[in-house]
Amino acid sequence: MKFLPLLWAGLWRKRTRTVFTLLSIVVAFVLFGMLQGVNAVFNNAVNAAAVDRLDVVSRVTFTEPLPYGYLSQIESIPGVAGVAYQSWFGTYYQDPKNFVFSFPLDPERFFPLFPELLLPKDELASLVHTRTGAVIGRDLAKKYGWKVGDRVPLHSVIWTQASNGSSDWQFDIVGIFDGPTNDASSFFFNYSYFDEARAFSKGKVGWYIVKVKNPKEAMQVAAAIDKHFANSPDETKTQTEKEFSQSFIKQQADINFIVTAILGAVFFTLLFLTGNTMMQSVRERVPELAVLKTLGFTDSAVVALVLAEALVLCLIAALIGLGIAALIFPAMKDYIGEAHLPANVLVSGAALAVLLALCTGLPPAWRTARLNIVDALAAR
Amino acid sequence: MLRQIGAVTWMNLTGIPQRLGSSSVIIIGIAGVVAVLISVLAMASGFKHTVLGTGRDDRAIVLRGGSDSELASTLSREATLTVMDAPGIRKDAAGKPIASAEAVVIVDLPKKSNDSGANVTIRGVGAEGMMLRPEIHLVAGRMFQRGLRELVVGRGAQGQFKGLDVGSHIALRGSDWTIVGAFESNGDSHESELLADVETVLSAYRRNLYQSVVALLDSTDSFTAFKSALTTNPQLSVDVMREREYYAKQSERMAAVLSFVAYFVGGIMAIGALFGALNTMYSAVSARSLEIATLRAIGFGATAVVLSVLIEALLLACIGAIIGAGLAWVFFNGNVVSTLGSNFTQVVFRLAVSPALMALGIIWACVIGLVGGLFPAIRAARQPIATALRAL
Repeated sequence: MKFLPLLWAGLWRKRTRTVFTLLSIVVAFVLFGMLQGVNAVFNNAVNAAAVDRLDVVSRVTFTEPLPYGYLSQIESIPGVAGVAYQSWFGTYYQDPKNFVFSFPLDPERFFPLFPELLLPKDELASLVHTRTGAVIGRDLAKKYGWKVGDRVPLHSVIWTQASNGSSDWQFDIVGIFDGPTNDASSFFFNYSYFDEARAFSKGKVGWYIVKVKNPKEAMQVAAAIDKHFANSPDETKTQTEKEFSQSFIKQQADINFIVTAILGAVFFTLLFLTGNTMMQSVRERVPELAVLKTLGFTDSAVVALVLAEALVLCLIAALIGLGIAALIFPAMKDYIGEAHLPANVLVSGAALAVLLALCTGLPPAWRTARLNIVDALAAR
Repeated sequence: MLRQIGAVTWMNLTGIPQRLGSSSVIIIGIAGVVAVLISVLAMASGFKHTVLGTGRDDRAIVLRGGSDSELASTLSREATLTVMDAPGIRKDAAGKPIASAEAVVIVDLPKKSNDSGANVTIRGVGAEGMMLRPEIHLVAGRMFQRGLRELVVGRGAQGQFKGLDVGSHIALRGSDWTIVGAFESNGDSHESELLADVETVLSAYRRNLYQSVVALLDSTDSFTAFKSALTTNPQLSVDVMREREYYAKQSERMAAVLSFVAYFVGGIMAIGALFGALNTMYSAVSARSLEIATLRAIGFGATAVVLSVLIEALLLACIGAIIGAGLAWVFFNGNVVSTLGSNFTQVVFRLAVSPALMALGIIWACVIGLVGGLFPAIRAARQPIATALRAL
C-alpha cells in the first residue's frame, strides 16, 4: 500500500499521454459493453428457455399452420404432460411502428405450462369468460398506459375478420401479468375468439407447445411426436425451446460472429496503442527505475510496480467504459427489449481489462527486470 | 514560406522510421475504424441494392389492404381476377393482361454455411409471370412446366442453401418436387427465391388464397389510373403500390439498422482512434521540441511548423484509411451473405465495397487525422523557443 503514491506519480508522469491512453481504453470498453451486452441479451434469451418444453412446428417451415386435430394426438403420446397452442397474430397499435407481439391461445392450457408468467387467478378466470378478453405483460401495459378495463384496438397485418373484412380487432384488457423480460411485452387473448372471427385458415393453429413429464426424456418425446406425424400431409418438427430460439436467431445473422469480429478489431488496435504507450513510458524512465534498484528495490518489486501501473490504468478505464455502457444501454431497449446491461458482461469486461494490462505491461516489465543498474544510470 | 513548409515537412517525414512504433498507432487505429465502417455499410448498401433492384417503375404490386408484406397478405381468386381486369395494365399479343397472381410460401432449407434451417421463399407465379419480368433468364436447365411439380431456383438461393442443384428433389408437404432449372435476375431479391407454377403451389400447400398481384403497366404514368380504379372499387380492399416503392419500403428497416450499427460502432471507434492519434502526435512533437525550437530560432515561421505536423498526421491517417479500406475490400467485397427479409424469408445479397464507401472512409480518416494533428501542432508552434532550447 505504501507504494501507491509512487505508482500514482509514475502514472501521471506525462499527464496528457496518460489521459489520452485512458480515454482510448475507455472507448474500447464502452464498445465492449454495448456489443457484448447485445450479444448476452440474445444468449440469455436462449438460456432462459425451459428445458422441459418443446415447440412443435410444421416440418415445411415454422410459419405453416398445423391442424387443430393434432392436439389430442400429441396429448396421447407417452411422456407428454401438457399441450398448448398459439398462433402468430402480427399486430400494431395505431401506427406500424408500434408493433405488438400478440398471440391467440387457450388460456386454460397455456398458463399451466408457463409457471414463470404470473397472472392472478381471478384475472385468468375473467380471460376465460370474456370472449374478447386479453391479458398483457407489465412492460406493454406501461408502454401504452393500458390498464384492466381498457378497450384496445389492434391492427393485424395478416388476419381479417370474416364478418366485415376488417383488419382491426377489438380487445378488452382483463389482466396484467409479470414475467421474464422477453414475455413482458406480450399480448395474449382467446383462441376461440380468433378462430371464430377470422376470415380464413380456420381450424389451424400456428404451433404447439408440449410440456414433457421428465426433462431428460425431452429428446425421445420430440422424436416420438415427429414419428407419429411422419408421412402425413402435415409433418412436424419438434425442438426444445432452446433449439428453437437458437435457430431463429441464426436466421437473422450470426450476431455472435459479427460482435466478436468487431471487438477483435477494436482490441487489437487497443493492445497496440496501450502497449506502445507503456513501452514508451518505461523507456523514458529507465534512469529513474535504475535509481529505485540502487535504493534496494528487487527486480520483482520493480516488475510489480510497472505491471501494477498498467493494471491500474486498464482497470480504471474499463470501469469508466463499462459504466458509460451501462448508462446508455437502456437507450437500446426498443431494439433488443432488455433495459439493463447483463451483469456477466461487467465481469467478463473486468477480466478482459486484467488480460489487457498483462499483455501490455509484461514486455516493458520484463525489460525493467533485466536492467543493468550501471548502464541504466548512465542512460546508455 | 512554401519552401519552409516543404523543408520542415520533409524533415518530419524522414523522421517517421525512427518513430515507427508510435506512428503505426495512428495507422492501425484508423485502419480499424475505416475497415469496420466500410464493411458494415457495404452490407447495408448491398442489401438495399438487392431489394431495391427488384422493383421497376412501370410495374405495380397489389396486396390486401393493411398488409405490410406479401407474406401477410391474402387475396381471393375473384379479387385477383378483378385486379387483372383493371385499366392501365399492358396487354400481350393475345390481348391478355401482363399480370400475375402470385402465392408466396416458405420452405425450410439448411444453410450451406452452418447447416441451420432457414426460411426460403417459393414464389408461385401465374402464366404471365415470366413475361412480366424480362430480367429473369435461365442459366441452367429449363423452365418449369405449368401443372407439374417443378421448380426453378435463383442463383443466390442455390449458392446459400443445400440441395438446390438442378436435377435434385425436395419434399414439400409430402409431395416431391424437382428442380429443373436455375436463373439469374440481375442480382435482385428474386434470385433468393424458387419459382414454380402458382396453381401447383397452392394445391400442394392446400390453399386457395393468393398473396399478391404484380402487373406490368402501359407506362409509368398509367399507375394513377390503375390505382384509382382499384381503390375506388367497393368490392376490393387493396393496397396498390409501384413495385419500386414497395421494395424501397421493404429494404428501409434493415438498411437503417445496419447504417445505425455502422455509424454507431464506427463513431465510437473513431473517438478511440482520435485519442490514439493525439497521443502519437503529442509525443512526436515533444520528442522533437528541441528540433522545432532550433528551426524557429533560425527563422522558420510558426505556420510552417503547424502545417508540417498536420501534414504528417494527415499522411499517416490516409495510409491507415487505405489499409483499412483495402482490408474491407479484400475480405468482404463480393461476399455473399443472407439475412431475414420482410417476407420472413432469407434475402441473399452481396456486400459491395464501392468507391463511394472507400471515399467516405478516407474522409473519416482525414477528419480524425486533422483533429488529431491540430492540437499537437498548435502546441509545437506555441512553445517558447528559449525554454525549449535550454532543455538540452
